[in-house]
Amino acid sequence: MNSTLASQIVTLKIDGKDCGARGDETILSVARENGIDIPTLCHYDGLTDIGACRICLVEVKGSPKLFAACSTLVTEGMEVSTNSPRLQRYRKTILELLFSERNHVCAVCVSNGHCELQAMAMKLGLTHVRLPYRYPNLKVDATHTRYVQDDNRCILCQRCVRVCAEIEGAHVWDIMGRGIEARAITDLNEPWGASTSCTSCGKCVHVCPTAAIFEKGKSAGEMVKRSFVSELAAKREVYE
Amino acid sequence: MSQSISVPVTASGGKLARTITIDPVTRVEGHGRITIQLDDKGNVADALFHVTQIRGFEKFCEGRPFQEMPSITARICGICPVSHMLASAKACDELLAVRVPETGIKLRRMLNHAQYVQSHALSFFHLSSPDLLMGMDAEPQKRNIFGVIEKHPELARDGVRLRGIGQQIIEILAGKKIHAAWPVPGGVNQALTAPGREKILAVLPEAFTIINRTLDWYKSVLENFRDEIRIFGNFPSLFMALVTPHDPDEHNAMLDHYDGVFRFVDESGNVVKDNIDPRKYTEHIGEATEAYSYLKSPFYLPKGYAEGMYRVGPLARLNVIDRTGTPKADREWAEFRALRRGVILSNFHNHYARLIEILFALERLEQLCNDKGILDPHVRAIASHNAHEGVGVIEAPRGTLIHHYKINDEGLMTWANLIVASGHNNLAMNRSVLQVAKHYVKGAKISEGMLNRVEAVIRTYDPCLSCSTHAAGKMPLVIEAVDPQGNVVSMLTRD
Repeated sequence: MNSTLASQIVTLKIDGKDCGARGDETILSVARENGIDIPTLCHYDGLTDIGACRICLVEVKGSPKLFAACSTLVTEGMEVSTNSPRLQRYRKTILELLFSERNHVCAVCVSNGHCELQAMAMKLGLTHVRLPYRYPNLKVDATHTRYVQDDNRCILCQRCVRVCAEIEGAHVWDIMGRGIEARAITDLNEPWGASTSCTSCGKCVHVCPTAAIFEKGKSAGEMVKRSFVSELAAKREVYE
Repeated sequence: MSQSISVPVTASGGKLARTITIDPVTRVEGHGRITIQLDDKGNVADALFHVTQIRGFEKFCEGRPFQEMPSITARICGICPVSHMLASAKACDELLAVRVPETGIKLRRMLNHAQYVQSHALSFFHLSSPDLLMGMDAEPQKRNIFGVIEKHPELARDGVRLRGIGQQIIEILAGKKIHAAWPVPGGVNQALTAPGREKILAVLPEAFTIINRTLDWYKSVLENFRDEIRIFGNFPSLFMALVTPHDPDEHNAMLDHYDGVFRFVDESGNVVKDNIDPRKYTEHIGEATEAYSYLKSPFYLPKGYAEGMYRVGPLARLNVIDRTGTPKADREWAEFRALRRGVILSNFHNHYARLIEILFALERLEQLCNDKGILDPHVRAIASHNAHEGVGVIEAPRGTLIHHYKINDEGLMTWANLIVASGHNNLAMNRSVLQVAKHYVKGAKISEGMLNRVEAVIRTYDPCLSCSTHAAGKMPLVIEAVDPQGNVVSMLTRD
């Protein structure tokens, strides 16, 4: 925590609403405190924000560029717009890119009905994908005795990487490759079942927004995620 | 409906041969095409039934966790997803190598019975009744379900209601009408509730009334279809279906839509092979491919390809059993089998058989609803994979459905083979098309009624063409026009 910023009180406007905040808060957290919804996918309460998914893009008056609300700190006099037609259009396009990049087949997915990507598509009114699908040929790693990793459904939000490093402290997960070739890997791209660092705690399973990581043995629609990680993170902060 | 008579093909020697194409074949599930080859006198020389779509399910499921298979394969079809889901779940049970709780099996059976009610109702009322009520020569614009609604509203209402009841029971059991993910490896994922059971029991009396009324009506008009009965797929063949495991000397093999053993009977009703373990289907069933269709042609191995033609489905099921096993259906079955000594050969009688099977399904549903253990919450065995190979076989409304999977050590699919009802019937469907074409199609004047009869014979099989072509690979489709001398005068190849 940046104590200098934390001690500053700033005032700003989000969607025309006057808000007061500490200087070390992000636009996202201030918006949510004030009942203003900004959609997110990679953000997870209790984990460090990295601005990976870009769904939370917002406009700040006076700047031509867009800002990721999850990783932009508030400043004095800021005027933020969270839901302009331009932002709605961009968010939809980002979702379309996510859907077209991998093989998301909701109907037969273990997370059908409990998936954050699917829910986001419904929330933002995504009725179809205008981009051609890439249909990449991706592996399913079922070597772990309890869990399965399916790259077909990964949106590279890196929640697994963060929860494993920051909460569990094992740092099994990482991202290998760049851009369209980027993949979530375990250890040094070893099969998950061969990982010597994994504690099999299952935190990555429960923070995964889709079913890129899921419990073995689940059938379609049966993978319901539990939200214990944020609570765990909050408790750790208390005891630290 | 786009039925067309294609451009005349000039044959060698100045003679003219013609090919009639019926494309698409309507009021069946999926896409098919029929070509009829005429000789220079205008008589039918040959006829072929083509299935022109490819699905690829056997291939693209490779690499997926096997637990996904019930939901993946259910997407093969929107009419009988329940059948695929159950056959798949049964194959997965074998991969788990566990004992599925009794109530889980009973609930799956209920789901299957409800599916029979809706699927057979669809086939009989929505797809076939226009031919039966309006006549084969009626205008195509009137010969559809809307024509039925106009002319015979009470029958149309019965059909819609009966199908609705079947779908409603599926929804009560599985949570939704189509593609519910309720059957899972090891059982089903939710128990039946007491209010659910009451709801099912409440709709059954109306369903019984409808099916009894329809059976009475159908039997009263059966005589009008003497020609069709004689010509529609009326030829000797083998018949195959699942029956309850039995002592061959006791003559007590009963109708079973969910489980059991295979029985083959011949055209005289003699049992050719009995008590076959469905897991060993490859020892008895071979699969041939023909260049003219994406649909494979299974055959009874000991008799060899083409000779080993057999039929599956409602007619086959009622032909292979010794009794149905429920009182009302047994009475109807006895009357049905009295139509002919031995087994019933005419495929037209599939319509009749479907009505009897609906009655059977309703009786079984009632029995299962009143079963003491049906509300037992223990409906699923939980396990990881314990075997590398599994076969799941059930009787789908259209006939025997086989799912056969292989997985690796991690539980990922490495291989799948699906033999679907319409596939089993492929050889017989071709034979039937030729029989009907030879009888009704006469070269000089081709009438709508003639073409419709050719289509209608396919409809007696109620084929699900979208289900049946699930294999992937390069199988070029070749359409040939052949002149009376046997020269190929025109060929279209698609690959």
